[in-house]
Amino acid sequence: MTIGLQGKKIGMTTIFNEEGLALPVTVVQLGENVVTAKLTKSKNGYEAIQTGGFLVKEKKLNKCDLGHLKQTQTKPVKPLKEFRVDDTSKFELGAKLNVEEFLKEGIKVDVFGRSIGKGFQGTIKRYHAGRGPMSHGSKFHRSMGSIGAGTTPGRVFRGLHMPGQMGNVNVCAKHLTLVKVDLEKQVLLIKGSVPGCEGGLVVVKASRLNWNK
Amino acid sequence: MNSLIAAIEAPFLKTNLPDFRVGDSVKVFVKIREGGKERTQGYEGVIIKIRGATIGKTITVRRVFQGVGIERVFLIHSPRVEKITIQRRGDVKRSKLYYLRARTGKATRIKEKVTPKTKSTPEAKNTQTPVSVS
Repeated sequence: MTIGLQGKKIGMTTIFNEEGLALPVTVVQLGENVVTAKLTKSKNGYEAIQTGGFLVKEKKLNKCDLGHLKQTQTKPVKPLKEFRVDDTSKFELGAKLNVEEFLKEGIKVDVFGRSIGKGFQGTIKRYHAGRGPMSHGSKFHRSMGSIGAGTTPGRVFRGLHMPGQMGNVNVCAKHLTLVKVDLEKQVLLIKGSVPGCEGGLVVVKASRLNWNK
Repeated sequence: MNSLIAAIEAPFLKTNLPDFRVGDSVKVFVKIREGGKERTQGYEGVIIKIRGATIGKTITVRRVFQGVGIERVFLIHSPRVEKITIQRRGDVKRSKLYYLRARTGKATRIKEKVTPKTKSTPEAKNTQTPVSVS
């Protein structure tokens, strides 16, 4: 039920707090976050708002997206994301979301992003599996070992750790501290790392209520 | 570096740091908190390593105390590092003085850098150029 704000991961740096301790922070540049549509229970089956992340040129959008935005008289924005709300009436079409309303300094936030793709990886890198000796006549180096017993159970258990695509999946980094909200620059400083590459899209949401009291 | 990150770091960066080099003997004044009280402690030694840039720049200062070598890493832009003073300029040919770890006694001495007094003005200019660049 919480609304997320779309932003761009800029990179990481260090800042010092009042006690003089160094904090590792990720810099997130917030996007436009314009309300582009309201979804209602009667029409769509659920109450939600749709927001657009960043202002783009008109030619960057295809005709169906542009037509959709023209319907609601909003500027060309991309990408569009939906967030469920209890009541859509307090949101105004085409208006920017008020950052102060959703994010305050010191609260815990969850950050959604798409992790950096690592390609097809073996079990050692992907799941921190062990490996065999690399020398002394050993022929068992980095490959997988046994994948299970024989006749009983007579099958391979589901979800067994095996080589495959690593990264390039949607990841949520939970319970991160929001160190600073700079409304003038539209920048968030989040303690620790967040998923994705620099320049990648991230969605910042306030963490669930009992983490923020 | 991204200009946005540079803008965020800018208020934390110190502008009054002396132009120290590897091999210099320095005294670093660090704020220490002891039972709610804050006091400053000096730590003297030779810079054996300078690492990083801007806000993450650190120096490693080595001294031998009661026969035991101690190396401390200081985040030089940290507010906990109050002041750094240069005690003696060293003349070294390495950027990392790891060889000092294997040496004891007189062998750890570093030659002092001699700057001619008459040409002090152009020399001072030369040493200050890297500061303005960084």
